[in-house]
Amino acid sequence: MREDLSPELAPKLAVELGLKPAEYDKVVEILGRTPSITELYMYSLMWSEHCSYKHSRKALRMFPTEGEHVLQGPGENAGVISVGDGWALAFKMESHNHPSAIEPYQGAATGVGGIIRDIFTMGARPIASLNSLRFGTLDKPRQRYLFEGAVAGIGGYGNCLGVPTVGGEVYFDEAYEGNCLINAMSLGLMREEKLTSATASGPGNLVLLIGSTTGRDGIGGASTLASQEFDEKAEDKRPSVQVGDPFEEKLLIEACLELLEEELLVGLGDLGAAGLTSSASEMASRGGVGLDIDVTKIPAREEAMKPFEFMVSESQERMLAVLVPENLEAAQAVCAKWGLRSTVIGTVTDTGRFVVREGDEIVADMPAATLAHDAPIYDPAMVRPAYLDEVQAFDPITGVDHPGCEYVLDDIVLALLASPNVCSRRWIWQQYDHQVMLNTVVLPGGDAAVLRIGDTGRGEMTGRGVAVSSDCNGRYCYLDPYVGAQIAFAEAARNVACSGGYPAAITDCLNFGNPEKPEVFWTFYEAIRGLSDACRAFGVPVISGNVSFYNESFGSPIYPTPTVGMVGVMEDVSKHCTVAFKNEGDVIFLLGETENEIGGSEYLKLAHGVVSGRPPALDLELEKAVQATVLAAIDAGIARSAHDCSEGGLAVTLAECCMAGDLGADIHLDDGLPAYASLFSETQSRIVVTTAPEDAERLVELALANAIPYSVIGTVGGDRFAVEDKVGVTLVQLREAWEPALERALAGK
Amino acid sequence: MRFGVVIFPGSNCEQDVVHAAHVLGHEADYVWHGDTDLAGFDAIVLPGGFSYGDYIRCGAVARFSPVMAEVVRFAERGAPVIGICNGFQILAEAHLLPGALLRNQGLKFICKEITVTVEKSACQWMDATPGSLLRLPINHNEGNYICDPETLARMEANGQIVLRYCESDGSRAEGGSAPNGALDDIAGICNERGNVFGLMPHPERVVDPATGHTDGAVVFASIARRLAEVG
Repeated sequence: MREDLSPELAPKLAVELGLKPAEYDKVVEILGRTPSITELYMYSLMWSEHCSYKHSRKALRMFPTEGEHVLQGPGENAGVISVGDGWALAFKMESHNHPSAIEPYQGAATGVGGIIRDIFTMGARPIASLNSLRFGTLDKPRQRYLFEGAVAGIGGYGNCLGVPTVGGEVYFDEAYEGNCLINAMSLGLMREEKLTSATASGPGNLVLLIGSTTGRDGIGGASTLASQEFDEKAEDKRPSVQVGDPFEEKLLIEACLELLEEELLVGLGDLGAAGLTSSASEMASRGGVGLDIDVTKIPAREEAMKPFEFMVSESQERMLAVLVPENLEAAQAVCAKWGLRSTVIGTVTDTGRFVVREGDEIVADMPAATLAHDAPIYDPAMVRPAYLDEVQAFDPITGVDHPGCEYVLDDIVLALLASPNVCSRRWIWQQYDHQVMLNTVVLPGGDAAVLRIGDTGRGEMTGRGVAVSSDCNGRYCYLDPYVGAQIAFAEAARNVACSGGYPAAITDCLNFGNPEKPEVFWTFYEAIRGLSDACRAFGVPVISGNVSFYNESFGSPIYPTPTVGMVGVMEDVSKHCTVAFKNEGDVIFLLGETENEIGGSEYLKLAHGVVSGRPPALDLELEKAVQATVLAAIDAGIARSAHDCSEGGLAVTLAECCMAGDLGADIHLDDGLPAYASLFSETQSRIVVTTAPEDAERLVELALANAIPYSVIGTVGGDRFAVEDKVGVTLVQLREAWEPALERALAGK
Repeated sequence: MRFGVVIFPGSNCEQDVVHAAHVLGHEADYVWHGDTDLAGFDAIVLPGGFSYGDYIRCGAVARFSPVMAEVVRFAERGAPVIGICNGFQILAEAHLLPGALLRNQGLKFICKEITVTVEKSACQWMDATPGSLLRLPINHNEGNYICDPETLARMEANGQIVLRYCESDGSRAEGGSAPNGALDDIAGICNERGNVFGLMPHPERVVDPATGHTDGAVVFASIARRLAEVG
């Protein structure tokens, strides 16, 4: 055993690597001696918040994780649900916020690469990606650079892989100016029996490293690199920017799926955060075995790399496989066919210890399970933030002067449609291949992406489908994290339901500030509580997810942003519904009813510059009933279009239905509210549905059966969007506001 | 008929072409780029994707794959070959088709549906009435077709220009209707003999009614009719 750290120096290095003194003491206690440099690096990374969830783990236990569809809950690289006929869907969402804030193209690209590796590690072929993005406002050149770079990076990586990017969302708000959010979600399809685990087992089995060479990229992060005392060469301390190679990843997908198809592997894991250390220790601890790895066997990208550098490098596009020795030749032949490197770097042992050696010399030797499981679990302090009293006391109805006249309302409708938070996302999704694999039934731009289930060009196609949506309104979460998180869930479910999908399971990406600040942790805890309650009410479990803390800039945290990625299943994908108005004369229904709820609304921000008040209330039982009604209408074939009400209110929803269908609408609202509230309130649990006149009575029956409020608000037709004498604009005016708004904002106009 | 769909490392539309062929009632099988046996195939498809990561230049590495020598012989024999998107780029690199494909004028990847006009051409893969319009998806970063004036004149004279980008009503905008800046709005060309066809749009994406309209079917149907006629 190489003893390369003195008892005096070791605690100092530990602190530099981000371990707290008590955590260092625990390492010493586990080892019964002073740790080596390699051991210290490995523990510091595995016990970091990013890998260990030490601040969030207890709160996350609130989530329901079981349900009828669930084949694999949290704990593996991705969750998996059954979608019928023996097909299984793996999915997960993950953040890549900080790298993207520094280098948006590569940060976003490697975010996509990482989440897609999580999917095919499970044995599933990646079939679709979504992304959930947050930036500061586009009047700032830096924000335009970050946004354009991130979109190009997502496209550059996903397009090359041939995995369609089918949906997502983006918001622009000052709260994200110093800390953009890049959340990437990926879904993969497999036969249920192909479900694979990232588990190492069978002493004597071989550990095979597949894919790229290992370099110094991504080691530890720039701020925590070893100090001069431990490093002879200054040039070793380079910035930790990971660079993606989507071509290598495409080859990895094909090779790994072929290895699994041929049943050549015992276990498969991907190398993500904390590199080999994380992947190997998690695989070993799941299997209750030990590993013996020789770093001199690892193909290196650079010279004179130290053992700890090999163990914590985050070089991209690498996979770790465990296999029986008899299959080695066949497995290496598959890798070679795809032009991939594959190297035996160690063996599985029965000792339960993770041993790292450099040739003959042991440089680390610790109980494997302690890396993955023995990180301290914290109970962070919580305090309700003081700002909440102030914002929640604000009454948006009396607190600002609302407009009343026709002329101004037209302008506000058009301004809302041109808001970067509402306008057409075409500029984004035209840079993404959203069709490859030929399963994209509903193109981007609707409520949810709808995908057909089947193995295009390789095997069976089915009539089944899935609807997918990601959602989170950070303003609502800022104004009330409990309700805001529930609305994120409800809106994602509503989007899925409007497309004809039955909500089945969610993944989440929980983006928050520094959890060591009691005010921030309180918002985190409340959001988890809200999300958990919503999941329980709907019977929809959380099957995977990711926590991203420390999203702060200039000392202030981002809006709490618990992004929800919802998957709904459809037995017959041909029954899917879209937002577009379909026929002249169709009857327009509003399911649910509008209240005067403009706190946290896009209208309040846009017209009055205010982010305050209480977010819209959410009644989960009403929400369920409204969704049940729309699903029944779609199943019965009487819903010709369905679109949920969200940012911008009913006016924006109706305008979007008009533009998508190239048809106008004549609307009469009899809700007894002032015009601004009728049009722009963001009351939840509302869906605009159209039917043929002869089917209207049947929709009424469904609404009554589900005991929900509803109203007939108008008819489809003409080339104008008109609301009584309050709003009257042409389709051309709507399009001129909505279509080019993002391009205009990016041009600095 | 039976299509052979070549898989290069980095191809990603091969399964789409096979699916489209199946939907239209044809047979299709994959051909690994390292193989050199094209026996049993009536037509060869070089599908879209990012062969060899598009490194160096799109298609520049793929043209040296072992299968390509055989594809060249196949084409020289007069047998039908089609290159879609990256496949078109490979055909241009392999000199089976004239010209080259540069980066899109706007320097952005473009994925959207566009309209093309069917030109009067010698192309065996396109028997739609000249002047008819097709809605086809494009999905590329390098589709900006270019060639020298003599080549353009020769292609025009020989009926080698098969598809031109146009506005949705069939007109051509004064400054050009190509979304990528392509010379003379060129979206697809063939060789003099008409058996080798390269195009940037993806006809295989619009064949299956389950996912939309079927304007792309005519490409596969044309070559099937042609082969049935000549036996």
